[in-house]
Amino acid sequence: MKGLPPDWPGGYWWHWLFFTVVLIAFVLVMVLGAIYIERRGMGRMQSRLGPNRTGPFGLLQAVADAVKVLLKENIVPAKADKIVHWLAPIIAFAPVMMIFAVVPFQDGALLADLNIGILYIVAVSSIATVGVFMAGWGSSNKYSLLGAMRNVAAVVSYEIPLVLSVIGVVLVAGSLSLNDIVLAQDIPFILFQPLGFLLFFAAGCAEINRAPFDLMEADSELVAGFHTEYSGMKFAMFYLVEYAEAIAISAIIATLFLGGWRGPLLPPWLWLIVKIVIVFFVMVWTRATLPRVRIDQLMALAWKFLFPLALINLFITAVQVLVWPDGLPWALIFLNIAVMLVLVILWSKLFRLGWGRLEV
Amino acid sequence: MKFERFGTGIIKGLMVTLVHLVRHPTVNQYPEQRLNMSRRIRGNELIWSRERCTGCGTCAKACPQGAIELVTSTVFKDNKYNVETYRVDTGYCIQCGLCVEACPFDAVFMGYSYERAKYRRNDLVQTNDELLESPARPVSGYFHPEIAKGLPDQTLLVEKIVEKRK
Repeated sequence: MKGLPPDWPGGYWWHWLFFTVVLIAFVLVMVLGAIYIERRGMGRMQSRLGPNRTGPFGLLQAVADAVKVLLKENIVPAKADKIVHWLAPIIAFAPVMMIFAVVPFQDGALLADLNIGILYIVAVSSIATVGVFMAGWGSSNKYSLLGAMRNVAAVVSYEIPLVLSVIGVVLVAGSLSLNDIVLAQDIPFILFQPLGFLLFFAAGCAEINRAPFDLMEADSELVAGFHTEYSGMKFAMFYLVEYAEAIAISAIIATLFLGGWRGPLLPPWLWLIVKIVIVFFVMVWTRATLPRVRIDQLMALAWKFLFPLALINLFITAVQVLVWPDGLPWALIFLNIAVMLVLVILWSKLFRLGWGRLEV
Repeated sequence: MKFERFGTGIIKGLMVTLVHLVRHPTVNQYPEQRLNMSRRIRGNELIWSRERCTGCGTCAKACPQGAIELVTSTVFKDNKYNVETYRVDTGYCIQCGLCVEACPFDAVFMGYSYERAKYRRNDLVQTNDELLESPARPVSGYFHPEIAKGLPDQTLLVEKIVEKRK
């Protein structure tokens, strides 16, 4: 256990207990904060105020919603598969919590410093999809099933560019452990890997069903998709999962591309939280700006745009790492940003969404 | 070649939402903050003037809903009608304003107020003195430009959004 201080009382189990409690509290508090940021931020972006009645500046709105949802009746459809319907929220929630086990809050301050950290994240985060599909299947509702099917299709497609863009970071850092990746970032990797960041951000948003890729739970077409038939506590679990996933992806982006806990003046854990909030805010920003894509556009974007660009990004990164094995020089930052711009413009030229627009 | 297709459209959209984020919201907090209504609003009540009314019943005939009920008796001495009952079922009223336009003696007005919901249906039926103008029941300028002149201008935005309930 690398993260264990030598004078830690009780050793391994204290470490385990401490970080488990801290992580659960951290996720719950961050989710409440995320809901507040999202609702207020989106409100202001749409020229309204957002919730402002509960507590000072509406800060307690998420708490009030949680209490309301907990007091609601738990309704299970008559033809539902009861066990699957009951298990689905838990299976969706557990992997999201597990992601935080390998996110470092400080040098070595994490639940488990796995040497395959990022691979573990990729593996574990896919399990949430099983929970979503169980919810869709167990609800005995065609819209739920349709939403769940879309979710599975999207996650399978977007996992590939997601992982390929992560490999670029891993190549530069020379390690799969998130702690070592952060330690390797004297310059944040967003500068060495601008294209990788863009791909990871887009694929990450699609992976966690956030707008503009939220068509698996599109309220206007699928009546909220897989959680149509959920109410009360189980709905609250899905709601929690939605935001916990957003926080998890923000934390991964902050760790992989923005230098994790590193930063001047502020304590490391605060830097990580600040970076998470910034990434989450960008997610809210894109959500408030971009309209929802269609399912064919979603698939086309994954396979025709993100996938080839991720391969090219991986190739370029591999060549750079081969040429400069002892660390990438500063000048590469400008080259990589230029390469990103050229590639994005080039691929936009080749690639048309929906074939619906005419150039005049 | 249009650059909207190459990602600049997305960036433009992002800038629009960012500008909206920092500018002042355009909503108002309704129960605490109220906008001035249109000076010619057809509010949720009818106002009747006992002095001007001659009991001719033109308003009742004009009403498409049949919401106005008029009972008169004849005063032979003065050679005119005495209005015994002037009753409006505001539950039926559709605020069309036809009675106001029809009245030859300017005895009927639309109300300027709007929150006139009642808890019981019986309360919606208003009779005689309940229909008179009073400070609580101001008159709207609908079909009466001279009244409209005296009313405050309509506002579309409030100056400062108040965040919290008092």
